[in-house]
Amino acid sequence: MNSSSISKIKKPSLNTPRNFTLVLIICFILLGVCVFASLVLGSRLVGLNEVIDGLFHSNIDSYEANVVRKRISRTVFSLLCGAALGVSGALMQAVTRNPIADPSILGVNTGATLFIVCGIAFLNISTANEYIWLALAGSAITAVFVFGIGSMGRSGATPIKLVLAGAATSAALSSLVLAIMIPRSHVMDEFRFWQVGSVGSGNWSSITTFIPFLIIGILIAIISAPALNALALGDDVATGLGVRTGILRLFAAFSAVLLCGAATALAGPIGFVGLLSTHVMRLILGPDLRFVIPMSAISGAIILTISDVVGRLIGSPGELEVGVVTAFIGAPILIILAMRSKVSSL
Amino acid sequence: MKNESIEFIMTGRRQRHRRWILVTSSLAVLSFILCCAMLLLGNTIYPVMDVIRALSGEQIQGASFAVNTIRLPRMLAGLFAGFAFGIAGNTFQTMLRNPLANPNVIGITTGSSAAAVFCIVILHTSGAIVSIASVIAGLATVVLIYILSRGNSFSIGRLILIGIGIQAMLGALISYLLLVGAEQDLPAAFRWLSGSLNGSEMHELPPLMLSVFICTPIVIMLGKHLSILELGEQSATSLGVNTNKTRIMLIVSSVCMISLATATTGPIAFVSFLSGPIAKRLVGVGFSNVIPAGLVGVNLVLAADLIGQFAFVARYPVGIITGIIGAPYLIFLLIRMNRRGEL
Repeated sequence: MNSSSISKIKKPSLNTPRNFTLVLIICFILLGVCVFASLVLGSRLVGLNEVIDGLFHSNIDSYEANVVRKRISRTVFSLLCGAALGVSGALMQAVTRNPIADPSILGVNTGATLFIVCGIAFLNISTANEYIWLALAGSAITAVFVFGIGSMGRSGATPIKLVLAGAATSAALSSLVLAIMIPRSHVMDEFRFWQVGSVGSGNWSSITTFIPFLIIGILIAIISAPALNALALGDDVATGLGVRTGILRLFAAFSAVLLCGAATALAGPIGFVGLLSTHVMRLILGPDLRFVIPMSAISGAIILTISDVVGRLIGSPGELEVGVVTAFIGAPILIILAMRSKVSSL
Repeated sequence: MKNESIEFIMTGRRQRHRRWILVTSSLAVLSFILCCAMLLLGNTIYPVMDVIRALSGEQIQGASFAVNTIRLPRMLAGLFAGFAFGIAGNTFQTMLRNPLANPNVIGITTGSSAAAVFCIVILHTSGAIVSIASVIAGLATVVLIYILSRGNSFSIGRLILIGIGIQAMLGALISYLLLVGAEQDLPAAFRWLSGSLNGSEMHELPPLMLSVFICTPIVIMLGKHLSILELGEQSATSLGVNTNKTRIMLIVSSVCMISLATATTGPIAFVSFLSGPIAKRLVGVGFSNVIPAGLVGVNLVLAADLIGQFAFVARYPVGIITGIIGAPYLIFLLIRMNRRGEL
């Protein structure tokens, strides 16, 4: 890709946002707090000693230590999923040049869900590895479909058109999901929980399945960030700066779909994390995607983990699925964005 | 010369009037047939005479229970909810001059639904309190969306986006309430998330019926003004319509109907969205399509419920059938609007 040429042009003033170091430090502190909270809090509180036991003394076999061990895999899983969703949201926003883009708003999650439910119902699929490929196919097809509808007409892909196309597609697909699930009680039992989005199912095997996808997706995202910066100026300007916009869009969209498809396959459809994390980071750091993309991975991880902890606390003694929590705290961002936008840009 | 052109206009008007009457009466006949089908069909099919006698109060072994306790409330719930959804959806669509701006898409039904779930699952109340709470929640959602979307200048696009955001939040709230209320059994979840006629009971119906009987005449009377509102705010004012008063009256009566319908059957997906455009296509322009929209709503709900009950091996709740029919139409409508550059 032409990323190298772009970064050369910008090199004289590779201006790091002024507060970047500070933000980075705060983010890491928050991340630490989240991880700690996620290990300690839940329907059963465990003390500091037990956490240390669970983490470092594998020979101690107390109940609390086992609770902590179970929570470790869950926490790691939610951090990884959050990072994937954050980056995926940032990429979708950059590719569509549209502030209101997120795997759930564009209906991509529901596409993945439909494919997985079909796989379970008709193909007897049951392992995470197979889910991932189905989810990727579903996400990719839905993404193309929604973007195709949203960019019809003269004015191109405006936010309102994309959001409506996403909402309509999502409604259609979720009706189909239900229609497939209702007569098959085994599918339903297995997947009702998954369908709301939960990181509770995370274990080490799903983490190892997930990591390759995460690494490839985030690498592509970071490599294409400088070129995506140019794309933000408009297709014409980007072409003038030597970016091949078609290939760039293809790669970035591929990585976005890879990340959110894999996350959806393993954790279920979780909405609004990408929207929230990207906009928080953009608000703090400014529009430069070279910083926004990696940082929205961190903020996505923070947001998803906090939401998971909140869900465990307010849903106690059971738990509230994390997808419900993120929808509740993320949807206001959509409302604020809609309130702020100028009429002409809708 | 002058007489000829008047004559020409009058002929056109008469033709359209005839078409209106024809369409409306055939919709009414179709609704009646569907109502009868709802009463006659079921696990056991009783003879027509038995059904009629059971309805008139005679005790007949088996038939009385099946018809009076199960099928009649189900049919009435579908009938009135469909009518309410159809009329209210059509009112919003006409008033905001955009088929996408209907209670289903912008989250008003989700607001009523959340209030009903809260009352039933958390407070364990029923009857009047549920009705009142759902109406208040519906109105509050409308006011909230309106305040948030006002901004510097009003735009339908912004209103719809904000509505979608609010709907996402309220949907999450409903999931939470269903979890906390430990009532996460599927029939309840389906009812409150996509609408179902299963388990409708006679004592739940009076508020909905009452609101339909009161609000429908109001909407019809203001219907003339509604078609003037469709010309745009300024034209309406210059034609002597008190736009604010008309609008508030229309919003309040539509929200009453739709909230009570939601409190009874749950937000049956897409009925309020589909009825208006279908009625308009059938009736044509020039005459009020309030009543036709209501009848289309009735036909949609009852037909979808019959399909859901009997067409497949498994029984589907009505909201899933209307969702499968309605969502592709929404996509089709979007494609058409995008092509014409209306969005």
